[in-house]
Amino acid sequence: MTETSIIAPYYRQNEPQPGEPENWWRFFTFSTDHKVIGIQYIVTAFVFFLVGGFLAMVMRGELITPEADLVDRTVYNALFTMHGTIMLFMWTFPVLNGLANYLVPLQIGARDMAFPRLNAVAFWMVPVFGLILMASFLVPGGPSQSGWWAYPPVSLQNPTGNLINGQFLWILAVALSGISSIIGAVNIVTTIIRMRAPGMTFFKMPVFCWTVAAAQTIQLFGLPALTAGAVMLLFDLTVGTSFFDPATGGDPVLYQHFFWFYSHPAVYVIILPVFGVFSELFPVYARKPLFGYKFVAVSSFVITGLSAIVWVHHMFASGTPSWMRMLFMATTMTISVPTGVKIFAWVATVWGGKIRLTTPMLFALGGLVNFLFAGITGIMLAAVPFDIHVNNTYFVVGHFHYVIYGAAVMGIYAAIYHWFPKMTGRMYYEGLGKLHFVLTFVGVNLNFFPMHPLGLQGMPRRVASYDPEFAYWNVIASIGAFLLGVSVLPFLLNMISSWILGDKAPANPWRAIGLEWLVASPPPHENFAEIPTVVSEPYGYGKNEPLIAQQMVSTELASELS
Amino acid sequence: MSSVNLDQNLNTAATVHAADHHEEGEHRLVGFIIFLLSESVIFLSFFVGYIVYKTTTADWLPAGVEGLEVREPLINTIVLVSSSFVIYFAERYLKKENLWGFRALWLLTMAMGSFFLYGQAVEWASLSFSFTDGLYGGTFYLLTGFHGLHVLTGVLMMAVMLGRSFIPGNYEDGEVGVIATSLFWHFVDVIWIILFILIYVWQ
Repeated sequence: MTETSIIAPYYRQNEPQPGEPENWWRFFTFSTDHKVIGIQYIVTAFVFFLVGGFLAMVMRGELITPEADLVDRTVYNALFTMHGTIMLFMWTFPVLNGLANYLVPLQIGARDMAFPRLNAVAFWMVPVFGLILMASFLVPGGPSQSGWWAYPPVSLQNPTGNLINGQFLWILAVALSGISSIIGAVNIVTTIIRMRAPGMTFFKMPVFCWTVAAAQTIQLFGLPALTAGAVMLLFDLTVGTSFFDPATGGDPVLYQHFFWFYSHPAVYVIILPVFGVFSELFPVYARKPLFGYKFVAVSSFVITGLSAIVWVHHMFASGTPSWMRMLFMATTMTISVPTGVKIFAWVATVWGGKIRLTTPMLFALGGLVNFLFAGITGIMLAAVPFDIHVNNTYFVVGHFHYVIYGAAVMGIYAAIYHWFPKMTGRMYYEGLGKLHFVLTFVGVNLNFFPMHPLGLQGMPRRVASYDPEFAYWNVIASIGAFLLGVSVLPFLLNMISSWILGDKAPANPWRAIGLEWLVASPPPHENFAEIPTVVSEPYGYGKNEPLIAQQMVSTELASELS
Repeated sequence: MSSVNLDQNLNTAATVHAADHHEEGEHRLVGFIIFLLSESVIFLSFFVGYIVYKTTTADWLPAGVEGLEVREPLINTIVLVSSSFVIYFAERYLKKENLWGFRALWLLTMAMGSFFLYGQAVEWASLSFSFTDGLYGGTFYLLTGFHGLHVLTGVLMMAVMLGRSFIPGNYEDGEVGVIATSLFWHFVDVIWIILFILIYVWQ
């Protein structure tokens, strides 16, 4: 009985609108439905994920032997530049925007985003700047080779002398990505501020919405700084101004400030929604309320605030004065407090719960373990003496891949599996999902753990060849990378076959509490026949209290009738 | 709780629709304010960059450049700052449903904005240094150019709003576009005051 009240008989009985017609063609149109746009984002981003992953495997293929033999050194430079750029700007940001687009209106009880047409514009910019970036493979001189940081003066070199060169296209793509992200951020923040269902105060809002709001706030104050730096870099490259070129009196370190003022917070733009996913999933699969809900929610904005004052830790080796190093070391270490609050709350949520090890739960738990490891190496890197020692070595590469792949990508997989029944109306195949998890978890650790000893031994990053003494760990890392490549196959097979042939999904297959689970799978056009009135906190597992007022009415009615 | 709910259900479709329309307008305004806050960070970044360059560069002025003439830019500043008051009164007229008063003052604001752009163009044409003349030339044209682009955008937005005022009944229950444009104009104004102090006063 407890569980049936969670499943909301109200909506199942009085469902006036059938789901949208099953015309797949709408995913290729300028649709303004947030659910269509969400799936468009996720699928497009995944295509770019495959491209970026392919580039990574070519790099690991090169690094399996100490000599630079598989690809030319300049090609290798282009590979790591494009790999980083694609993975950040074309995979993680869009896929998380997709999840936010799909879930936020459903979770806050809205019919759509605040600005549906702008939403579509922001999405359709993704394939445009994606293609612009891909086009840089075709221009003379090939893609940018200056890394995803595009530090001047390296990024100001233009050996071919063409106006349309790889670096130019890189700046153009990143600038367009920035515009798209700002449009998206304005839309999402406005939606969360203005369109919550009646009764849904901020402290009745699911943590995923909190984290998305916190992440998009970072986009709003951070991206303009990167845009400013990118505009100046573009003028240096094209018309010959001297903002960042030391040869003509410019200041390359100022570019680093502009770049990292955004690009460090950018990792929180990626990880915060993943924290939200963890906070949504653990209560469902442990059947317990989220421990310390309000602390978990508020700590997201503490991270947002702190993220604005840590960027110089990327520049400890850039001639930064020592008072500044000390200051930013301290602020950087402070970040571990709000993240620690979250990790503690998740562990306490899972602790003693009735755990169901479904695929999403496995990915969430795996992501949590990897994130803890990444957090520990993060604290190590925040310490100035240690950072000076391992700066620009593989230790740093290992650290942030544990965050980005180990925690973020695994969290994204967890979210995709968890909400797959809601999005498609079909169940995925659990066996393939578990195979995918095992391959991913083993692959991540095989690939990225060896980078830590390599870094400590002094292997620099961004090199195509290395001393033979580093060969042992590099071979293991490469095997891990190929395993990660293989891990995508069961995922793709699972998603495609389940979407076509999977069992029909009920409205709430996980017996989860949340507004999105009160509507049919997939949700009808405009989501809610009647906007629900929220009466209690989310995650009321085992509390036997209704989430929305209509539920209360229907259970009252039911008891009167019986 | 349930009775409140029933009351809500009694709303007729028409009032729900009007409420939706009003809500949408407010969404737009909130969204626009968020956008302006974000936009201000670009200017902030340029200002910080300018201050860093100015305080750390040894040869700030390019060879043969004495500095900037202040008189004409000051006139420009006075015109732009006053236009902020004019647009405020234009908005007041619209609130009092005096459409012609609104149009007259709105057009005056546009004229003052255009005068500013003209003055800026004249100044650019008379200068002896260019965009590529060191950090001095680079930052000067970057800041004034980026701000000028915003003035131009503001004038174009005003032209659109002026055109829309001729659609019968369009501005009857307030117009978010006019409020947003006016807000944008004040924003452009404040940015110019900071810019004027940084570039012309602090020489």
